[in-house]
Amino acid sequence: MGRFILKRIGQTLIVLFIVSVFIFLLVSFLPGDPVYAMLGGEITQETYDRWYLELGLDKPLILRYLSWISKAVTGDFGMSASQHKEVVAVLAERVPVTIYLSLLSFFISIPLGILFGIISAVNRGKLLDSVLTTFANVCCCLPQFFLSVLFLYLFSIKLHLLPSFGFVWPWEDLQKSLLQTIMPLLCLTIGGIASICRQTRSSMLEVIGQDYIRTAKSKGLAQNRIIFVHAMKNALIPVITLMGLRLGGLIGGSMFVESVFNIPGMGTLLVMAIQAQDIPLIQACVLLIAVVACVVNIITDIVYAAVDPRIKV
Amino acid sequence: MEKENTVVQERKEAGYSRREKAVKFFRVLFKRKLVLISAVGLVLIVLMAIFAPLVAPYDPNVQSLMDALKTPSSQYLLGTDNYGRDILSRIIYGARVSLIVGVLAVGIACAIGTFFGMLAGFFGGIVDDVINRISEAIRSIPQIVLAMALCAVFGGGIINLSIILGISNMAVYIRMMRGQVLSIKETDYVMAAKLQGNKSLRLMFKHVLPNCISPIIVQMTLQVGQTILSEAGLSFLGLGISAPTASWGSIVSDGRVYLMQNPFFALAPGVCIALLVIFLNTVGDGVRDALDPRMRGRL
Amino acid sequence: MKHLLEVNGIHTCFMMDGKKVRAVDGVSFHLDRGEIVGVVGESGSGKSVTMMSVLQLVGAPGFVESGTVYLDGEEKNLLEYDGNSEKMRSVRGGRIGMIFQEPMTSLNPVLTIGYQIQENIMKHLDMDRQQAKERTIEMLRMVKIPDAEQRFDYYPQQFSGGMRQRIMIAMAMSAKPDILIADEATTALDVTTQAQLLEMIRSIAKETNTAVILVTHNLGIVARFAERIYVMYSGSVVETAGTRDIFKHSEHPYTRSLLRAIPRLDDPRDRILIPIEGLPPNPALRPDYCPFYDRCEYRKPECAKRNKPELEKVGEEHYSACWLTREELRQKEIEIQNTPRKAAPQKNIGSEKVLEVKNVRKYFPVLKGIMKRKIGEVKAIEEITFDLHKGETMGIVGESGCGKTTMARCIMRVYRPEEGEIKFSGVDIAQMKDKELQPYRSRIAMIFQDPFSSLDPRQTAGSIVAESLLINKSCKTKEELNRRVDELFTLVGLDPGLKDRVPHEFSGGQRQRLGIARALSSDPDVIICDEPISALDVSIQAQIINLLEELQAKLGVSYLFIAHDLAVVKHISDRVLVMYLGRVVEIADAQQLYANPMHPYTEALLAAVPEADPDVEEGKAAVPISGEVPSILNRPQGCPFHDRCSKASERCRKEVPKLMDKGDGHMVACFLYQ
Repeated sequence: MGRFILKRIGQTLIVLFIVSVFIFLLVSFLPGDPVYAMLGGEITQETYDRWYLELGLDKPLILRYLSWISKAVTGDFGMSASQHKEVVAVLAERVPVTIYLSLLSFFISIPLGILFGIISAVNRGKLLDSVLTTFANVCCCLPQFFLSVLFLYLFSIKLHLLPSFGFVWPWEDLQKSLLQTIMPLLCLTIGGIASICRQTRSSMLEVIGQDYIRTAKSKGLAQNRIIFVHAMKNALIPVITLMGLRLGGLIGGSMFVESVFNIPGMGTLLVMAIQAQDIPLIQACVLLIAVVACVVNIITDIVYAAVDPRIKV
Repeated sequence: MEKENTVVQERKEAGYSRREKAVKFFRVLFKRKLVLISAVGLVLIVLMAIFAPLVAPYDPNVQSLMDALKTPSSQYLLGTDNYGRDILSRIIYGARVSLIVGVLAVGIACAIGTFFGMLAGFFGGIVDDVINRISEAIRSIPQIVLAMALCAVFGGGIINLSIILGISNMAVYIRMMRGQVLSIKETDYVMAAKLQGNKSLRLMFKHVLPNCISPIIVQMTLQVGQTILSEAGLSFLGLGISAPTASWGSIVSDGRVYLMQNPFFALAPGVCIALLVIFLNTVGDGVRDALDPRMRGRL
Repeated sequence: MKHLLEVNGIHTCFMMDGKKVRAVDGVSFHLDRGEIVGVVGESGSGKSVTMMSVLQLVGAPGFVESGTVYLDGEEKNLLEYDGNSEKMRSVRGGRIGMIFQEPMTSLNPVLTIGYQIQENIMKHLDMDRQQAKERTIEMLRMVKIPDAEQRFDYYPQQFSGGMRQRIMIAMAMSAKPDILIADEATTALDVTTQAQLLEMIRSIAKETNTAVILVTHNLGIVARFAERIYVMYSGSVVETAGTRDIFKHSEHPYTRSLLRAIPRLDDPRDRILIPIEGLPPNPALRPDYCPFYDRCEYRKPECAKRNKPELEKVGEEHYSACWLTREELRQKEIEIQNTPRKAAPQKNIGSEKVLEVKNVRKYFPVLKGIMKRKIGEVKAIEEITFDLHKGETMGIVGESGCGKTTMARCIMRVYRPEEGEIKFSGVDIAQMKDKELQPYRSRIAMIFQDPFSSLDPRQTAGSIVAESLLINKSCKTKEELNRRVDELFTLVGLDPGLKDRVPHEFSGGQRQRLGIARALSSDPDVIICDEPISALDVSIQAQIINLLEELQAKLGVSYLFIAHDLAVVKHISDRVLVMYLGRVVEIADAQQLYANPMHPYTEALLAAVPEADPDVEEGKAAVPISGEVPSILNRPQGCPFHDRCSKASERCRKEVPKLMDKGDGHMVACFLYQ
């Protein structure tokens, strides 16, 4: 097991290296002069020269990459021009919000998704199944931003039930925080429930057709025992992959909900950084999101190996 | 005499012909009412996009500030936006953007992805390792984030967006195609062809490739919907299609400020996106199920 | 009620494309305590579905339409209970245990085997967890799982196929059932393992007075193990009788034809197989009259005008479903005996050697880590030496993992052997590069085992056969090419009009004919037949064997015939080569090898093969071989067979015996003869 984890970490480091090169190169493709892009056109030649050297634009690409990555590893991404702050400080403010919402949504969507998926598979072909699958299929297709706008319209504008925007931590003001998180959380969670439900259902159906389920039936086991002991453990293994993808995707995909409900998270930050062409901030955000996705990936693989006795590590 | 008998027998035994199979496929496909309805809906949307100038009641870009933010009426079926443009017309034209980007991006993703996937699977070794690591790297960045970063650098617009979404989607095809090639390469019929003295290239194009395609096609039909969602998302964030071109995502984005004045401004294009994607996915699922008899599980 | 189990008039249907298709069409049978009954039939005859119907295991889209199942001790017809009712569940597993065909997939991969057996015991016997565990271990010992206590916590994938099937037996027997149903339970296993398992089922059944139903397509198995037999065809029982009567005095035309179609170990050299022409009817299109009518040699026009025949008593405990009277059958039998058959094709074995294989070795590297470091080697085949004459058939037998396929692939030069010579008409091709090989590719061809995976599904039948003609540019014009393809089609008994169809539109037998046509297209000197008939039904096998023999007589091609069915190998081969764990252990003339096997492994192999003749079977002792073929990864030192051999000496553990000629070209690698 130890060897397996080490090997996965090694592979991930290679992947992250490629990602970092890619992120770095991306910026050098930006149209226009990076100094003007950063500070605007109206600067003196003197300021220009100072920044030119500061950014290391006189050195070859590979040296610039090395100096950037060596700083990045220590958490130093430089100054954010649009925020007038250290990039790290900006991130420290924003990232926890996104992670908080993502994890909440993640832990709500998993049990519900699996539950609905199993109910749907067991009742295959009956009315309940049709209702659940139709619902899941529709929810998978609803874009998050549309869902957010729809909820905003229904619950805030029409019904005046929930505040339309903002974010406070629960320890600052519990009631306000709860009311403010309901809608964003709902928007983040519905898609997850739907996709986990679909995956669970199809992998459950696949398992139910297997020979070993027939064996279990030939032993005269009760239906519930067959489903929850013999089928579920097998069926959930592919769902683990999906869960990993969801978690990685949640953190990188929160910008829609955040921007509709005006939540100061990483999603809105990235959008802002892109609109302001704030290079260090873009680099830091994308790299951070990739790192999170990779870590989640490793965890997924380890869980996978631990759960499935067929995988020898 | 004896030979003739067996020949007649063989004729009788031979299964369905290709045509019969196609007919059967569509029968199975459309047996589910939902799939049939979705297919019809999909055809209608495509027709609407193609004949947009004939269908749309107004020019989508002509502003008439007098009529700004009107609620639906017989004159403007879905009301107007903040510049007084007819929302229905903008939605009808917006369908073009969604469909073009969706199809083009998936086409690009598929073309590049299958090509590299094929290389990786066929040659193995270092080629495989390099392609694999790169595709893993692409996959490790969430697709929407990657597209956003690329948009920031290369800008929006229909063509750019298609290429960007194509690139950020191609990893799926690399992985799928690689897996397909690896498994098809091991089949007996490819070995048989090799033993007959086929050269590598001919082997690849005549025997391996044609047999890899069907899961790719299923994946493509399902991915068009996802890509349309991504395009709408990027446009919603103001990174995709820029004004004044009408895109469903950007109309929702513009309209959300005016939910009080005319809720249809933001909600109607959103419903359109959802419907189009639902239709696409339902048809895609239907095609997959009709092709794959395994999916008919039992309990 | 006088029987333990009485099943009457089972009809089971499947819904296909909205139509009702009857897979089982009124099957009745009975079973007494402690009795072993065989149910034989080809694939699609409904034998498995019948058993599943009895246990109500048929899942959607299938359902049992009608019928009754009475089990001794139960008041009501079992089919009146719901499939998931408490009653049915106590019968399944509790009173009737079942073993299925696929050992690799029949056990749940994420639960330990101990848990799976224990669960069954706790469900049906009144035991707590600890008692159930003890009984589980006791059962595992009974089926001879070594270190049963430790293995309790193992997962199924840590066992070989044979071991898994033992575990299935332990599980099925764990709740002390009255009846054990073994549905093709040994089909996927090697001959020696198969014999051991069936032997074990028999002895357990006799000890515990359990009744056994052996469902199989293998006539040999029922001849050896069953006491009474039901023969099924197209969803119906067509004949039933005691084992001896079925084989010696068969009444139904199907049973008779079947026995004429299968090769046997004690056949004389020139026996001709008489195939059953055609295919079993598709259940969806089954006629109202006798389902065998279309293929029946005995048929009379009246048969087609009457309903499906029911079982009629024709002797003591002997029933047959045929409209013909015994007199009619007898006359027809004489007629059939007197119709001139094609004589066995005349062989012409030349003295020239088309293929000489000398000392061939093939090792596969074992790689590990990211850098793909080589940490060891799998010695797949070692010191393979033999030769093949023009027009000769060399049979190659051995159990799974013995290296038959690796050897074939070395000769085809899919693999490059590490060492040794492969001389093809005098030219050594063992180390040639791909380019140099090109001219030899067309002279050596291959027929594959699986007719479903060996034909490119996207090509038409015509282009599959034409491919090598195109590559070798052996036809100058398009017309010539077409003519040659038509010729090849006719040669293998296919209608050239089917050229434009794709492979999946053909039946299994037809596909194999296509594969043969493809192999012949380049006009090869040698054809390697890799298990060419093992995926086919018994009645189709004979057609293909006959075709191969005819083609050899006509074209003078040599065959390397790889198979695990020893009777088939003996029937078709002139000489036979026996392999064990990557080494040749014996080569001899086919007749001589079967009459006088020298190597202990050959002997054991021959004894393990069940034959479709109860008289021969009675004379056989129990299988003289224990254990399973070890993995090639841990091949024992010395003679590879020594740890399963009863005659092994100290020397066998240390040295590898060399292949030596013992006269008449009978070669054997064993110290007993040195």
